[in-house]
Amino acid sequence: MSILVDNNTRLLVQGFTGSQATLHSEQSIEYGTNIVGGVTPSKGGQTHLGVPVFNSVHEAMEAVQPNASIIFVPAQFCKDSILEAADAGIKLIICITEGVPTLDMLIVKKRVDELGIRLIGPNCPGIITPGEAKLGIMPGSIHKKGSVGIISRSGTLTYEAVKQTSDLGLGQSTCVGIGGDPIPGTSFIDVLKMMEKDDQTKAIVMVGEIGGTAEEEAADYIKENVTKPVISYIAGQTAPAGKRMGHAGAIIASGKGTAEDKIKKLEECGVHIAENLLQIGTKTKEVLG
Amino acid sequence: MNLHEYQGKELFAKFGLPVSKNKVISSADDASNACSDLGGNKWVVKAQVHAGGRGKAGGVKLVSSPEEAVDFANQWLGKRLITYQTDSNGQLVNSILIEECTDIANELYLSAVVDRGTQRIVFIGSSEGGVNIEEVAKNSPEKIIYEPIDPLTGPMGFQSRKISKVLGLDSEQSKEFSKMLPQLTDLFISHDLSLLEINPLVITQGGKLHCLDAKINIDSNAVYRQPEIQAMHDPSQEDPRESEAALNDLSYVSLDGNIGCMVNGAGLAMGTMDTIKYFGGSPANFLDVGGTATQERVSKAFKLILADPEVKVVLVNIFGGIVRCDLIAEGILAAIEEVGVSIPVVVRLEGNNADIGSNILAESTAEIVSLNNLEDAAKKAVDLSK
Repeated sequence: MSILVDNNTRLLVQGFTGSQATLHSEQSIEYGTNIVGGVTPSKGGQTHLGVPVFNSVHEAMEAVQPNASIIFVPAQFCKDSILEAADAGIKLIICITEGVPTLDMLIVKKRVDELGIRLIGPNCPGIITPGEAKLGIMPGSIHKKGSVGIISRSGTLTYEAVKQTSDLGLGQSTCVGIGGDPIPGTSFIDVLKMMEKDDQTKAIVMVGEIGGTAEEEAADYIKENVTKPVISYIAGQTAPAGKRMGHAGAIIASGKGTAEDKIKKLEECGVHIAENLLQIGTKTKEVLG
Repeated sequence: MNLHEYQGKELFAKFGLPVSKNKVISSADDASNACSDLGGNKWVVKAQVHAGGRGKAGGVKLVSSPEEAVDFANQWLGKRLITYQTDSNGQLVNSILIEECTDIANELYLSAVVDRGTQRIVFIGSSEGGVNIEEVAKNSPEKIIYEPIDPLTGPMGFQSRKISKVLGLDSEQSKEFSKMLPQLTDLFISHDLSLLEINPLVITQGGKLHCLDAKINIDSNAVYRQPEIQAMHDPSQEDPRESEAALNDLSYVSLDGNIGCMVNGAGLAMGTMDTIKYFGGSPANFLDVGGTATQERVSKAFKLILADPEVKVVLVNIFGGIVRCDLIAEGILAAIEEVGVSIPVVVRLEGNNADIGSNILAESTAEIVSLNNLEDAAKKAVDLSK
């Protein structure tokens, strides 16, 4: 088993005919993901990458019954695209786009929560269940089917964790990039909850970074609710306060959200700490014995 | 993006919030006229920089003659103000706010932020104003109220009354505040703010609420749809290299060390900095070249890194992912040649076609050390930086 996506996933791509969407859709199809169609308003009726293009998510719903959607539209249109997918009844929405205004997400998050929709992102690499389906922009080749669940706020840092666990022969059950924004659709806790229940996942790697208190909240949750070993690395141990480190969420504000605080809290709650990003794989192997 | 106090107050005034009558000057010659235009016999003069702690640093003064205001302007215009919130270079003062003097009876605190925990705009109020709010939060948390605003309803009257109670307002002031709260919320939402802080919000001798300071941050992701805010952008308050990077769509933060870093992805960039530190080195910068490390972007990144005279070695850490590492390697070589890099460059390539990429680098004549794992690369860069 795995979480969120598997070979029953029927994926719709929003912003399908754009260059980024095209590149990553090709890679996903090559990986074996079942892309059933795409949406680009005013390009309905065309065929792109061998599947139909629709003018709206609603039309796609009727014609090809997708059960997940991935969004590549520009940041200013993400609010509309996410709410369109939600309105059409899609229950798993992944928003890859970076730079979505925070107040847009404030509204979107409230709406998707009310509708019981799982939104991943924005500003994230997506989700992959190795050997089954890739819904995102991660390089498929570094993944390997296995027992480690990976949750991360960062893209390339996730790949680092993936590569290390693959090289050591552990492999991954599912990897979820929750994104680096202040208001993510899905939190660490949401994914921890799913991975705790997933038989295939034997250990969970949680890659965090400075800013906010998501890691601290996850630590409390782990202490009470997670029986599987959790290994964590926190990026930004050398970051100065008050400077935004690339991700909109990665900023130490008012002395809060430092790597030091997060690591301390995680340790207190029984999480295994990889002191350095080079040790994510070895630490996981050591914990799994 | 940040605004100056005077710009924040312009927005406050536009939204009907009580601010002092003021003038902004950028030349000391105008100080005297500004005082007489405002009238009265006492004025507050405030150096305008994007940093807090101005009062303690000498950047705010109460003056009782136009001559004193001129002296203050001469003292600060064109100079750099160093506060506990700036780096050791301080921030350039290129304008001064002159305000009519307010007689203060009591100082309060009010702010609004996008709170990640509740995923709402949250108003924070305290009866302890004019001081560092983090200290109040630590020492007397009961004096602070956090009131989240439901995006569906906006701020409600009962919420305004709840905050008023903690602020210690009388019934007249409480009525005033019930008008301010929706005005502040409108300002926050319509201008895509990420922070709005009034410290202090004061009660005047006459018993009126008054916004004595204005600190505003705008969500960088939303600046594109805020033309009024774009016009308020003051690049002189930013690190020139960081501004240059932003223009080129690179994410760059300058730091104190001597190992220049070029990495794809913000998380991995922070992780790389941490790794350098772990092996005893010191990063000169954070730099995310983005998911697609093309030759053009790599060239621009090299130029930025090399503009820092402290940099002794550059560590390039690219996790190829979707992009092929052989293409990245060619991009790096072309960039090094184009920019004329004369210090050692350590490159770690990982991912798609990493071996081919490393070979391309190894066979080149440029001064490049190509290593395919991060540990070796980071150690090498640290060695070369000593």
